[in-house]
Amino acid sequence: MDPINFVYLAAILFAIGSAAVLTRRNAIVAFMGVELMLNAANLSLVTFSRIHGEVDGQVMAFFVMVVAAAEVVVGLAIIIAVFRTRQSISLDEPAELRG
Amino acid sequence: MINPFLFWAVALLTIPPSLALLFARKAVHIAMAVVVAMVGLATAYVGLDAPFLGVIQIVVYTGAVMILFVFVLMLVGVDQREDLKETIKGQRWIAFVFAGGLGIFLISIIARVTLPLSTPVTGDPDVIAGVLFSKYVLVMEVLGFLLITAAIGALVMTHMPALRPRHTQKEISASRVKVGADPVNRPMPGYYARHNALDIPALDPNGNPIPDSVSRVLESRNQTQDGIGFRAQLEESAADQPAPDAATRDRSKGKGE
Repeated sequence: MDPINFVYLAAILFAIGSAAVLTRRNAIVAFMGVELMLNAANLSLVTFSRIHGEVDGQVMAFFVMVVAAAEVVVGLAIIIAVFRTRQSISLDEPAELRG
Repeated sequence: MINPFLFWAVALLTIPPSLALLFARKAVHIAMAVVVAMVGLATAYVGLDAPFLGVIQIVVYTGAVMILFVFVLMLVGVDQREDLKETIKGQRWIAFVFAGGLGIFLISIIARVTLPLSTPVTGDPDVIAGVLFSKYVLVMEVLGFLLITAAIGALVMTHMPALRPRHTQKEISASRVKVGADPVNRPMPGYYARHNALDIPALDPNGNPIPDSVSRVLESRNQTQDGIGFRAQLEESAADQPAPDAATRDRSKGKGE
């Protein structure tokens, strides 16, 4: 079986993650959708690294993981800060900036 | 070439759990489903000759990131209801159409390319380290800065300034006395009594029981006793053996006075 099938799988996972970000209102669940999208990108990077027979793709996936970890830390801290002030983690709630 | 069984196992392990992101109700269920999907991706990495990345995936994602998610869910309150009222009308269906369109678009693009397969290189830790610390060493350093900045950012973001000064223990006790509370600790139940069970009130130096010394919980449950049964038992044993009983009575009298 050709490894390119894993890229199809990554595309499907990316679409699912983007649908979660677009539909879900719970901030944490939307954030998990972002994580799934990052992981789909990682899967395609690793698959391309396998196809081309070079390690660089895996190193890139490693970098993506590090950046994702930092992003999770800051994002969850923001969610907690918002929850402290508004007692809610709904993404529709903070609409004060609407013109 | 990839074993087809591996591919289908990975597909089965990733796509159904990630569909929980769209259709499951409870956030904790979604988090657990995403953990399963991450493990499936780690399996895919190991199958794609990247064992180092597979292990890192398990350690970083299932071990740290998803646990952090569950932890924040615990802090925020697991039963935060998601309101189903749509602010933008028909947003759900529009979003599904867009996401499905994106998926079809990506798949059609991938179907157009044919990539020649070259000999695979196994991404063992030593191979990865060789590339990481030679070609990408600057990126590595910058990522170190990024991680430190993120940690400090999270600390600053979740730090709460103190609104009022912290009370010392002395101030707390002074305010308690002002309200009229007993300034000293209550005696333990059973203290100075003939019995040190928790449901027997302590005796003051004059031999009177101190009802406050028995826990309020026991009183409200009607689990206190006045010691009649115990006294009868004692006197029964005293009838059997008169000499030791007289000794204990003397001792208790001496304590009482």
